[in-house]
Amino acid sequence: MKRNNLLRIGCGAGFSGDRLEPSVVLLKQADLDYLVLECLAERTIALAQKRKAQDTSKGYDPLLEKRMRLYLPLLKKHNTRLITNMGAANPVAAANKIIEIAKELGIKIKVAAVTGDDVLDKISIHEIALETNEPLYKSGELISANAYLGADALLPALQSDADVIITGRVADPSLFVAPIVHEFGWDLNNHNLVGQATVIGHLMECAGQITGGYFAEPVKKKVEQMATLGHPFADISFNGEATISKVKGTGGIINLATAKEQLLYEVTNPYEYVTPDVIADFTQVHLKETAKDHVLATGGSGKAKPSTLKVSVGYKAGFIGEGEISYAGSIALERAKLAGEIIHERLYNDFNELRIDYIGYNSTHRITFGNTAIPYEIRLRVAAKATDAETAAIVGEEVEALYTNGPAGGGGVRKNINEVIGIVSVLIDRKKIQSSITFRET
Amino acid sequence: MKTKLYDIAHSRAGDKGNTLTLSLIPYDESDYELLCSTITAQKVKEHLKEIVQDEIIRYELPNIASLLFVCKNALLTGVTTSLAIDTHGKSLSYALLEMEIETI
Repeated sequence: MKRNNLLRIGCGAGFSGDRLEPSVVLLKQADLDYLVLECLAERTIALAQKRKAQDTSKGYDPLLEKRMRLYLPLLKKHNTRLITNMGAANPVAAANKIIEIAKELGIKIKVAAVTGDDVLDKISIHEIALETNEPLYKSGELISANAYLGADALLPALQSDADVIITGRVADPSLFVAPIVHEFGWDLNNHNLVGQATVIGHLMECAGQITGGYFAEPVKKKVEQMATLGHPFADISFNGEATISKVKGTGGIINLATAKEQLLYEVTNPYEYVTPDVIADFTQVHLKETAKDHVLATGGSGKAKPSTLKVSVGYKAGFIGEGEISYAGSIALERAKLAGEIIHERLYNDFNELRIDYIGYNSTHRITFGNTAIPYEIRLRVAAKATDAETAAIVGEEVEALYTNGPAGGGGVRKNINEVIGIVSVLIDRKKIQSSITFRET
Repeated sequence: MKTKLYDIAHSRAGDKGNTLTLSLIPYDESDYELLCSTITAQKVKEHLKEIVQDEIIRYELPNIASLLFVCKNALLTGVTTSLAIDTHGKSLSYALLEMEIETI
């Protein structure tokens, strides 16, 4: 720790495609002990498994190289350690890549890759998926199965002198719990402290969501300098109290409202927020604004971690074909609806699931709550699922054919085909999981 | 007098599989009691009947003067396989805020 009994952890990315420069600002100006980059959604790891299957040296986050070229010199210069799940399906390959980049940049570095989350060979296709109540094989061909590892899997890496700790599937808050527990020497069985650390991790893990980014709107929730939004850092005391703030001069805002929105984000039971580390209780959390852009979070607690770990299972779910076309001016909605009816008549026999949306009218919420204003322009969107790409392509082709076959004045066709990877979950006995660390040095 | 929830509260949507979570946070903490007494799980279920297929559980969080609605079977199978435009249901926070309530 650079400060006396105060641990400073920044979060520079809340998802794989997040902006690159907020981490640069944090590294240059916040004098962090740790930078955390959370870059791994459920679907992202399944996609990464597919890349690894094609090339065993791949399967890590697609932005890894870009981020490391920017961040490695700053990490070294400011003596900040990096923790990230950008290893995705292949943390060891990611470590190799980081070493390659560090050598190129002339930086001396040690990387620890955390593995053990890949459990595809440990689960049976006959296990029952939590979401469907059916055996896994009924969902489709499995392509990935990754257990959510906890802070314990990262501790040996933190106890080493590694500059970068790169993981695959780790529960998002655990990326923060691990360095907190490590630095303060807490017992992982101290449920209240680990519960509070989980609250800190949960508040931080989506980066710009707590600094007023995804919070903002131009009428009721005005936020300044959105284009240069700062990402957060937390100052954590030995007793778990944490103050969340951001670099002075960056855009955004941190206040009670932004912290409340983030605390409840994606929480399905605030009494029992289950992670591999603890079952955390968010209901007694206290938030307090202590200064401009400073929120103090206290009161997180918890009880013993579950004996099982959640496993995210990716399966092949076919293809989605999409087509869009715009109508504007007089009776735009009627013309779009005529187009939609034509497509429906031509396609409904061939697709089990066919969706027709009128963008600008009722597509996003699927209901308009009595708001019936007719917009000047409408975009027709057609989407359908198929088992193969060729069949999915028919959706876009049919929308494109509206160019000559009508109705009148349709323009701006776009079509695309996406392979669909479905995600379901199973639970696995944590005794079956053995995580390990692989070191790489320049 | 009727007012939209939008005028007195803010919300963020989240997704976990096919479950939608919606926070409801009054701008003025003194409106928390009003929200507790008027915005029941049943009322939200009625408002979002076209969107949420199964039950809605409401959690009260007096410490942060906020409500949380957990809506089961609300995302047309969920983020990876849904045909909807907004597969996460991220925009649905503003669907909740469309609800009208009576204020004095």
